Order: sequence, then C-alpha cells, then structure tokens
Amino acid sequence: MDTAADRVAAEDTLLFVNAAITSTGQREFHSGDGLQQWSIEFLHEYMRVNYRDLYAATLALGVNDFNAAAIIAALLHSGREATAAQREREGRLIRVTLRRMAPQRVYRLFTALQREGVNNRRTRAVMREWLRGREHLAFEAVKYRAGFKRAVRHAHLAVDGFGGSEGAELERFLFAPMSVGRYATPLFETWRRAHFDRSAVFELPYTVAEGLAAKHRITRAEFLKRIEPRLTRGERLRLQRSALRTGAGIAADEADLGRMPLTRLAAYVLALPVPEREERRSELTGALRGAAARVAGDRAGTWGPVASVLDDSYSSSGSDEKRRRPLVVALAVHFLLESLSGDYRPHWLSEREDALTVVPRGVTALGQGLLDGLEARPELVVVVSDGWDNAPAGMAAEVLRVWRERLDPDGATTVVHLNPVFDAAGLQVRSFDAATPTAGIRDAEDLPELVAFARFAAGRAGLDELRSHIDARVERRLAEEDA
Amino acid sequence: MTRLTFTGLKTRPGQVWGGIRLVPLVRPEPIESLRLHPAARDSIVYEKMRGCWYAPHGLIAEWTGDGTAVPAYGSALQMAANTVRRSRKPPTKLGRRTRVRFVPHRVALESYLPLTFMSPEIAWPAWRPEAFRRGLPNAETPRRTGEDMTGLREALRVFEIYPGQCGVLVYTADALAGVLVTPHPDDYRALHATLIEDHYSELIYRYALTHRAVGEFEARIDESSVTTVEELRARVATAEAEWAAFHDATMAAGLIGAASRFHEQYRMGEYALHGFRPTDLMRPEGHVGEAITHEDGTLAYLRSYRLSETQLRRARLLDALAEHQWHLEATAASLRLEPGALAARIHQAGFGELLQQHIVDHYRAVQAY
Repeated sequence: MDTAADRVAAEDTLLFVNAAITSTGQREFHSGDGLQQWSIEFLHEYMRVNYRDLYAATLALGVNDFNAAAIIAALLHSGREATAAQREREGRLIRVTLRRMAPQRVYRLFTALQREGVNNRRTRAVMREWLRGREHLAFEAVKYRAGFKRAVRHAHLAVDGFGGSEGAELERFLFAPMSVGRYATPLFETWRRAHFDRSAVFELPYTVAEGLAAKHRITRAEFLKRIEPRLTRGERLRLQRSALRTGAGIAADEADLGRMPLTRLAAYVLALPVPEREERRSELTGALRGAAARVAGDRAGTWGPVASVLDDSYSSSGSDEKRRRPLVVALAVHFLLESLSGDYRPHWLSEREDALTVVPRGVTALGQGLLDGLEARPELVVVVSDGWDNAPAGMAAEVLRVWRERLDPDGATTVVHLNPVFDAAGLQVRSFDAATPTAGIRDAEDLPELVAFARFAAGRAGLDELRSHIDARVERRLAEEDA
Repeated sequence: MTRLTFTGLKTRPGQVWGGIRLVPLVRPEPIESLRLHPAARDSIVYEKMRGCWYAPHGLIAEWTGDGTAVPAYGSALQMAANTVRRSRKPPTKLGRRTRVRFVPHRVALESYLPLTFMSPEIAWPAWRPEAFRRGLPNAETPRRTGEDMTGLREALRVFEIYPGQCGVLVYTADALAGVLVTPHPDDYRALHATLIEDHYSELIYRYALTHRAVGEFEARIDESSVTTVEELRARVATAEAEWAAFHDATMAAGLIGAASRFHEQYRMGEYALHGFRPTDLMRPEGHVGEAITHEDGTLAYLRSYRLSETQLRRARLLDALAEHQWHLEATAASLRLEPGALAARIHQAGFGELLQQHIVDHYRAVQAY
C-alpha cells in the first residue's frame, strides 16, 4: 500500500510544514536572511508544483503569517494550474486564513500581489471580499492608508459602494484627500485637521500620529505623554523603555500583562534586564502562569509525568531580527508544560533552577540535558532546541540510542524535539537525532497539537494517515470559521 | 622549560563551522592574580586590585607623558609600579589613561620571526656589507589577518563559549592555526572577538580557502553492559575524556608535544613571560608565540602563530647559515648542496640581496654551464 512515492510525499509535506511554521525569511543565529529567503522560496515552489492540494491545506496547519501570505500569493498567482474543485477549496482556505491574519500583514500581502502584477479575477475577488468584511473601515483607511489605497486601486474596487457612512467619503479620502473641505466621518476629519492643527495629532492612531508629530516638531517626550491613551497594548509595552529614556513615563498596566498571549508575554519578559525581572518576579511569574493556564484550559494538569530539556545556549539568542526567539519559545513551553502536567521537571542546559532569570549563554550540551531529563523516567520528554548539539556533537543521538536499546526497550518514554529555528542550509528544521520526531514550533501555544503531530515526523505514520489528519484539521478550521 | 604543556587547562569538545574547528580550553580554577589590563577592555573602571596585569600586544599601545608613542613590543607584563620594591618607575597613575586599543599582532610577529637570524660575524667576501649593517631584509609573504580567512568570522560569531572557558585552539582544515589562552574566563570573553584581528600564516589562509568543511568527531558510546542511567552518564564522561586525550595527543601535538626554545623576556612577581619558537625546524609544523607561566608551571597566557612552510624553510636556511658562521661552502656542504644551489636557494627565500651580485652571477653561470 505504502509506496515509495507516498513516503516521499509524506516526508516532503512534513518538511514543508515544519519550515513554514518556523521560517520567516529573517536572519537566524546560524544563517543570514538571504539564505533563509532562498530556502523557503524553494520549498514553496516545490510544494506548490508537486502537491498543490496539500500545499493549500497547510494553511490550516498553523503555519506562520509570513508563510501563509506566501502560500496565498503563490496560489493566486498560479490559479490556472488548479482544477475547479481545488480552486473552490483554496478559496475557502484563503478566506478563513485572511480573516485570522493581522490586517497589516494582509495589506502587505496585497502590496506584494500588486508588485508582482498578480491581477486575475480571483485575486480581485479575494481582495474585495476581505475589504468588504472589515468592521472599522475608516480606521483602517487612516492607519494603513498606503496599503489600503494600493489594494483599492489594484483590485479596481468601487469603494463608494462599501456602505456605512464612511463609504461615501472613502474614495475622496484616498485619492483626493485635501480637495474639498470637511469630512463627515470623524476620523477622516481628525486626520485632515492634524495636518495643520497640532492638538488633533493626538487623536489619531499612534503610528499615524508619529509622522505628523514630526511635521509639527512635537518633542518626543510631549508626544509620548499625550498619545498615551491612544496606544494599543503591544505599543504600550514596546514603548515603555524608550519612553523612560526620553523622560515621559508610560504606565505599565498590570492588566495588560494578564491579557497577553503566552509567547508574546515570554518575549516581553526576556527583553527585560535580569535585575528588573528579579524585582518584578511575582508579577511576571503570575502573568506567565496565568497565560499558560489560559492556553491549557481544561487540559491543565491532565498530562502524566513530563520532563523538558530547554536550550538556553548562546545560539538561543537568535538574531537581531528575531531577538531571543528560541529562548522565548523555550520559556513559554516551560510554563505551559508546568500547567499541563501535574508532575513536571524542567532541565535547562545551563543547569539553572530559576526559569525567570534565564539568559542565552554557554554551549548546547544536549546529551547531558537528555540524561538529566530521562533520569526520572517520565512518560514524555520535550526537547526545545535549535538542534545544534555541539558539546560534543552527536552525543544526544548516542544517549538516545543507548537509552532505547538498553534502558527503555519497551519505549515507555516518548522523546519529542520541538525546534523553533529553520535551518536554511539544510532546508529543514535541524534534528539532532534521526530517530526522534522533530517538529517546528512558532508559538508555545501550539505545543499540544505539535506533540501529537510529531509522531508523523518519526516516520511511523504513512501518507494516508497524514492526509486524513490534515483533512480533519482543514475541515475543523473551515467549520470554525463558517459557524 | 622545553615544552609547552596545558597545565591547569582541560580540553572540551570542539565546535565546527565550515572548515574551522574551535576547541575550547576550560580552567577549573581561574587565575585571579594575573588579569587582563583593565585599559585593554572597553570599560574604564579601574578595579583596585593587587597582583599582575598583562596587556596583550594585539590590543595595547602605550604612550609616555610627553606624547611620544611607544608601541608595545610583544606583550608587556605590568604591575602598579609602587608595589615593586626599589622600582625606579614612577608610581603608576591608573586613572590617567596612557593606553589604547591598538592592533599590531604584526609588530609582535616581527619580534619573534627573525629571532633565528644571527647576523654574520665574519665578513666573508660573498656577502654584501649591508648584510652586516642592516640585518635581515624584509622578505615577508603577504600577511593574512583573520578577516581574510574564509569562514573564521562566522565561526567565531556562532561559537558558543563554555562556562569557565579560558582558551581556544583554532584549526583550519584540522591544522592548528593558533592558540589563545587567558588566565580568567572574563578575559577570554573580552578577547574572543580579537582572534579575527590576529595574523595567520599563508599556509593557514590557503587551508581555509580550499577546505570548506571538516568532519565532526561524532561521539560513540559503547552500549554493552549499560543498565542504569548512572552508567550511561559515566560512559558519556569517558567518551568526552577520550576525545580530549585524542585531541591533546594527536591534533595539538605540533604545539603541545613538540620541543620549543624558550627565552625569558620578562619576569614580574611569580609570573614570567617567555617567547618560544620551535627547536626542530625539520618538523613539518612549527609554532612561535608568547606564553606567560606561573612559577608552579601553570600556563596563564598563551598566544601562538603557526609558521607557514615558506617561513619554516627560511628559518631552516638561516639556522644552517648561522651554524656555519655564514660560510657559504661549509653551509652548502652541511646541507649536501652545491654552493650554487645554496645561493639559488638563498635567492629564492628572498634574501638574494644579501649576496654580492658577482657571486650570484658566477654561480648562475657555472650552473648554466
């Protein structure tokens, strides 16, 4: 049944999914952005040409927004190659994916489509439908003015038909904004006034106001102080430190921390200097535990004995584009596992006890880490690492080999490797041991699905099983959205 | 002292990037009494610390109060002068900065490369008078810094520093290119990036250019009779120790095992600074460098440079000439060469201008005939 072609297809799909979860075309610790982009572009083209339906289905498998946008662009670009049934399914997948994506990324996708000259009927329909579905059309037209305008022009949209009070003024706002006096839409009017009225600047969204503030020569300190009520949660956290430097304080809202998603929160925590983390220990730990508990939901405490081997070596510092990303994922996984399992033991490679003050330093001694993790014979060992086992190279694979052969022949312990880094030179997420399933991970929130998914990566499941798994997830995603 | 030993240092598994292998050396107990001179670091916080400081040549230029520049010639060992009894130096004013970052590893290399050169004592007619007056002509091969070495920058960037690491051995295509050893892990962290500014010989440069990948030494564990995790842990430790022993005995044998000539350059407190160069020039691998050692034999600081084949050949030639008081025929006889062949060899080594032109012409004519 299981032919060689099937096995290759299953492997290729897994490889692509792992790559599409981790890679963002940005610099990583071990590879530059050029190589990353070349690598991921190759994988996209390879998948699209060979397994078009699986390629489209990966949109439902938690690939990151960068790759989701790339998949959508590739699908729209090559509609001619698809059958009618494929096109119908692709259309639904594209629709639900765009609906979940952050608007700035969708506008970037539209810009990319415009730049590449993709302007078929399907593309125009996708753009029209998405823009029609936006709730705060006036707000987006102001905040993403350039992208919005490009999309409208590219898709030949008749914006005055968009309805709502702003619909009538939208065309004027985009294409001849200063031609005729006042706007009836308050936000458009504020935007118009902000060009000459200093005080109107502070009623605009932060990113728009920033440019106009420079025009009015408003000092940074004054700008930050007065724009503070308009900041979004992410902006507020991001600006705290730089605001302190300019002398304007932006109040940290403890409730903000409490609402942040787990991985984002972990990134925020690791961006703080260690002394500040020590100072705010209870607050930060509480927020991280809270976020983890929200992710775990009713699964909290249901997992059996779990050990983790978490990589805090120097390479987990990521790159200047993805600062500390591998370490961020490791920290988030740590708190999530703590919440999921009643019997959880963390093992950092630096042998530290305290997770909150973790810093990326030292070597990747995965062999030693695995020994520590396996010692208590847990049911599951989760390894979060970029897979560059170097102290010494190959020791982790040897330890696992001997473990399986001599100490755990029945396979009572499952070892899963989650890798937050796409290894561009190897065209896949790097694995330290061929016999251990490796899955790419972007956000720690996906951990439970990935642990289940990782068994495919071990090569134990064939294409049929993989296909039915993927189909099930596609159906679930589509059903969620249609409901 | 006749041989270098890595006393007080432990070899840890190396990390490979492309054709470059970096093997870390870890010091279980860091040396506190000798430290990198604080002025060599970025911070200008002068700790009130008694003991010795060293200032690696590659980093420091020192100037005197009246503004005349004094580039450090080799490494300089320094102590606050008033801590040395009967010192004639004025008390050091640490707050007044008289040292800055400076790059000339080159200057230091020039200090030990011509050490083999002993200028002729007897004025044989074959040599031009400049040979006695001016010394060795500059016959250097193009200098290669770490920047020119393919992959070294990346290898140093992605290298993960061991906890407690106090040194590193740099290999290209598994040939030892240079060693850096420091007394303290903090010093190592400060100096790690400066390996890119060091000089490497032409040979090493070519190895780096042509060998883009070396193999990892994959660990192997003997799994028979492993029944507990503790036993497995012991096996892992054994495998690592075996690799370290193999490295010290085989890979670094050209430096560690080989006999070297040491000459003491400086002594301060319980530390001494030595320059060293290979004793046996016929060996295919020769290293020159500087080492600071403690009285008890502990290696505190080391920076070495692998000589290229050309440099070794040149050293061999100069050595043979010095041994026979620069007598052309006697030297040729000892090398089992015709004098004409020796003259050609001297010319090829870049020392042709030391010989009288008519001697060169004479031998050329004889050979052509």
